[in-house]
Amino acid sequence: MIHAAFLMFLLPLAGFVVLALSGRRLGDPLAGWVGTATVTGSFVVACITAAGLLGMPGPARHFDQTLFTWIPVGGLNVKAALLVDPLSMTMALFVTGVSALIHLYSIGYMKGDRDYPKFFLYMNLFVASMLLLVLGDNLLFTFVGWEGVGVCSYWLVAFWFGRPSAASAGKKAFLYNRLADVGFLVAIFLVFERTGTLQYQGIFAHVSSIDPASRTAICLLLFAAAAGKSAQLPLFPWLADAMEGPTPVSALIHAATMVTAGVYLMCRINPILGLSHPAQLVVASVGVATAFVAATIGCAQQDIKKVLAYSTVSQLGYMFLAVGTGAYEAAIFLMVAHAFFKAELFLGAGSVIHGLDDEQDLKRMGNLRRWMPLTFATFIFGWLAIAGIPPLAGFWAKGDVLDNAYVRFPALWFVGLVTAALTAYYMSRLSALAFWGDDRWRDVLKARPGQHGQGAEPHDAPRVMAVPLVVLAVLSFVGGVLLLPWHPGWAPLSWLGPVFGARLYDAHLSGTSLWVLGLVDTVVALGGLGVALPLWSAQAHRPELEPAVLQRSYFLDDIYDAVIGRPGQALARFSAVVVDNRIIDGAVNGVGRLARLSGTGLRRVQTGFVRQYALGIVIGAVGLLAFMVARAWS
Amino acid sequence: MTELFAAAGHLAIPRISYLSIMPVLILLGGGVGLLGISALWPRQLPPSAGTAVGVLVAAAALVASLVQWVDVSNHGPHVAIAGAVVQDGFSVLISMLVSISVLLALFVSDTWLKRERVGGPELQVLMLVSASGAVIMGEANDLIVVFLGLEIMSIALYVLAAFNARRQESGEAGLKYFVLGSFSSAVFVYGIALVYGATGTSNLPQIADYLARNVLLHQGLLLAGVALLLVGFAFKVAAVPFHLWTPDVYQGAPTPVTGFMAAIAKAGGFAALLRVFVSSFGLLRSDWQPAVWLVAVLTLVLGSVVALVQRDVKRMLAYSSINHAGFVLLGLQAATARGVEAAAYYLFTYSFMVVGSFAVITLVAGPGDAAHDLENYRGLSRRSPWLALSLTVLLLSQAGVPFTTGFLAKLEVVSAAVGAGSDALAVIAMVSAAIAAFFYLRVVFTMYSGAPATAGAHVDGGGGMPAELPRPSGALLLAADVSVAQAPTAVSVLGEQGTGQPIPSGAVVAISLCVAVTVLFGVWPAPLTSFAHLARLIIQ
Repeated sequence: MIHAAFLMFLLPLAGFVVLALSGRRLGDPLAGWVGTATVTGSFVVACITAAGLLGMPGPARHFDQTLFTWIPVGGLNVKAALLVDPLSMTMALFVTGVSALIHLYSIGYMKGDRDYPKFFLYMNLFVASMLLLVLGDNLLFTFVGWEGVGVCSYWLVAFWFGRPSAASAGKKAFLYNRLADVGFLVAIFLVFERTGTLQYQGIFAHVSSIDPASRTAICLLLFAAAAGKSAQLPLFPWLADAMEGPTPVSALIHAATMVTAGVYLMCRINPILGLSHPAQLVVASVGVATAFVAATIGCAQQDIKKVLAYSTVSQLGYMFLAVGTGAYEAAIFLMVAHAFFKAELFLGAGSVIHGLDDEQDLKRMGNLRRWMPLTFATFIFGWLAIAGIPPLAGFWAKGDVLDNAYVRFPALWFVGLVTAALTAYYMSRLSALAFWGDDRWRDVLKARPGQHGQGAEPHDAPRVMAVPLVVLAVLSFVGGVLLLPWHPGWAPLSWLGPVFGARLYDAHLSGTSLWVLGLVDTVVALGGLGVALPLWSAQAHRPELEPAVLQRSYFLDDIYDAVIGRPGQALARFSAVVVDNRIIDGAVNGVGRLARLSGTGLRRVQTGFVRQYALGIVIGAVGLLAFMVARAWS
Repeated sequence: MTELFAAAGHLAIPRISYLSIMPVLILLGGGVGLLGISALWPRQLPPSAGTAVGVLVAAAALVASLVQWVDVSNHGPHVAIAGAVVQDGFSVLISMLVSISVLLALFVSDTWLKRERVGGPELQVLMLVSASGAVIMGEANDLIVVFLGLEIMSIALYVLAAFNARRQESGEAGLKYFVLGSFSSAVFVYGIALVYGATGTSNLPQIADYLARNVLLHQGLLLAGVALLLVGFAFKVAAVPFHLWTPDVYQGAPTPVTGFMAAIAKAGGFAALLRVFVSSFGLLRSDWQPAVWLVAVLTLVLGSVVALVQRDVKRMLAYSSINHAGFVLLGLQAATARGVEAAAYYLFTYSFMVVGSFAVITLVAGPGDAAHDLENYRGLSRRSPWLALSLTVLLLSQAGVPFTTGFLAKLEVVSAAVGAGSDALAVIAMVSAAIAAFFYLRVVFTMYSGAPATAGAHVDGGGGMPAELPRPSGALLLAADVSVAQAPTAVSVLGEQGTGQPIPSGAVVAISLCVAVTVLFGVWPAPLTSFAHLARLIIQ
């Protein structure tokens, strides 16, 4: 049954093709159901494949499915092959699972949109690309998926391209990613040059023969690509703008799945990364710095989705911290837990936005717990999970990351701990502003009589949107607890063992220190929560706590504009006017004129008279004869 | 005395392996059979019937080639019929190429025959016969058999070029081709004679064997023969300076014939050229490589440069075909197994591009087969988006843009040249490809810009072709539907042109196939490249 693995990515692809050919005829809501069905089917296949993998003995859990030989050119022989192992299956399971839920949610959320079928078309293509990315058995295949999710992200961010802000946000996301992808490409070249193969198993077999400098270079180049895709310093500003896309897109692509691709990539290359200490240090430091910076920005944002976006950036930073400390399992654990609770939070936010006629400003919400009880009840789980309150998933996952950092890099652990406090703070601020306080939204609904009519009140989402909310809330709650080693025979995280080797801190931390660290985490989280909740439910406007430097995310956009944007434009202008017009066009025109002149000259030979053509043949023949005979006598 | 008598009485008839010449027999027999049917038919045989029979014959030849392929891969390459023909991966690839080309060309010419109201199945008959000559050239193992194939192919092509009796240019093209072709054939036969004189045999393996066993004190005779053979081949494949006939003939011949001619004359000519030079004269390579180097450089440069100044699209593609010949010469100049494979791959992919391109040109030319000026292509994208898109794909492939077969073909020959140490030649080839890209892109640019030219008004009018044209295939439509939000569905594209005129389905089939192959194996090259790797000569 493991041989059905290829169906996983073929099903969404088939959905894409069906929607592309007949999406318009299927219409609303049939197109949505088709899209949801294919992704659900993909999830079922993923479960079956995972079961097949579990049926194998531990170390042998590895299955390579070669579909066909894709590019055989010279020494480069790339196969279109899927790699099914515990890591890729973990990714595939949560990607298909979360995607299925969000597709379901979108059926309700996108209702009535002008381009309803197109939305599901892109979403299906995205899922197919994402699965290609995680299941690819070589760097090139992963790269194809990598670019595929990038372009889908561009289309979906700019989905409402009629709005200039959405169009430019799409462009921004695409450009940041393309810039980072250069690292991926160069890394592919370098790997091929050093090992002669692009297949992961082949690369890892050669890893000892790669010199240390190249190892570090490969890791850092791939990390550059990962930093773009996963929005790390200094490439994170695009993710906040990407919130211009529809909320399900933000939940699926810019929280749960695509942005974790970078983490996945770094985990995938762990045999190389593990041998390069400088690269590990860089990854861990960038990760924790991003986590901290993004958390501080998150404390001052007004837009509900932007808070969540920066929180995503921050959580991704934690994941890279784990990767850098060698705790890959912790990174994957946090990634899965984060997928659950962040998708939950985004869908909850979407429900709020939907209920308030597309209002996203936190300062114009308030006291929604009375009007949207279901959204509030499910949102609580996501909020407490990300804040790190035991026993929700976030506590265990984040704790795992911080414990490992404590052993490996104590200084980074401390920054991480401060960030944990900030996380609890800004998430509680968000919840307080949205669900407590006064009914500040009344002005909004009065001013903008939307689909709900004048003076209407916010309401909970329809059932098709509620189901995913409840499922994700449950997962946010039990996701962590279920994975704990309650019993010696029950060790779900060791399932990743064949890919990553032993867990790091097992050997270093005693049971007591684990308890102490857990306690510290809890205290810090409760502290952040305890400060924010009363503060922000009492009073929504506190400019002293929202300095402009944080609101405008450290002026990063302005700095990039000044340092890169303007000089870039100047350079472009210079190139266009001086270099292109004068130098290049001059040269090209010169060559063209030369070619044209000689062409016109040579054309004269073409008289149309057979006798002259025959003469041409004779001259050519005599020339050749003379040449050859001369060789005979020389 | 009695011995002599006995020898004369028992004429030694070689054992004939029919499989080895099956495609030839099918093509030739099919052609003759079609002629017979049309003679016995009470009325004039409708073009569709001729096309149908021709296509069946070509398909049968393709199947026979596939059987040959299975045979070669199971039992290895071997010679047959007393060493007259050879069956190896290379010959099988050429006979498949020729069968497919004639099949596609028959579809295109069906459209042309109906439009021009030129009756009779002679066109199809001549195409089949000509194709059989090309197949013979691919599997010839003796210089005499090469010549036989060359003449069977060429004589049919002379008539084909002159086929459109209503156009003066067509007759002129036929005559020019015939006179110059005979001239070059004479040179070729003289070359055979000299080689025979020097080595005492015309059998290709025996020539190689003779050269391996003997050291010639005076190579003059042999090398003169080699030079004259090269002249004969170079004329057929339109290499500079023996190319002068090409633009006139390509322009004058009926357009479907031009595509056919470009595909199979090159395939047959290069097949024999590669086999003779690499297998038989392999030991003399240091002598002929510089000559081929020079011819290749001239061909590459002249083909691309003169094409720049052409306004007539057919004439431009004639020069482009000269440029392509230069690229295939790269494979010959390398004189390695890699080079032969690369050349075979190039010829295989080129035949699809060129037949497809000329199919589009046939449709755009309109009644009378006259509108070939670049201006007639202005605004084609609006009149007939599918046609413009198809021609764009085929031209980009000819230019060697990635994700088309043309890119890999150029990559293979250039890397074969580099592998054989001909770096300078590789660089020249790439520069010429860059120059060539200009005139391909100019056609593309013209198609996608500006209003339809008034000169092309008759194209739109009454019996205009592109108006009722293209039925987009599903795959192409997919791209359109995804990229353009408001893209019309398949139904509406057809609906715009519901003029009630018959859709020239023959050309549509041919163009769709050519585009599909070009794109599919450009994106997914593995099957075709591994197929080309089997194109090995029996003697390397």
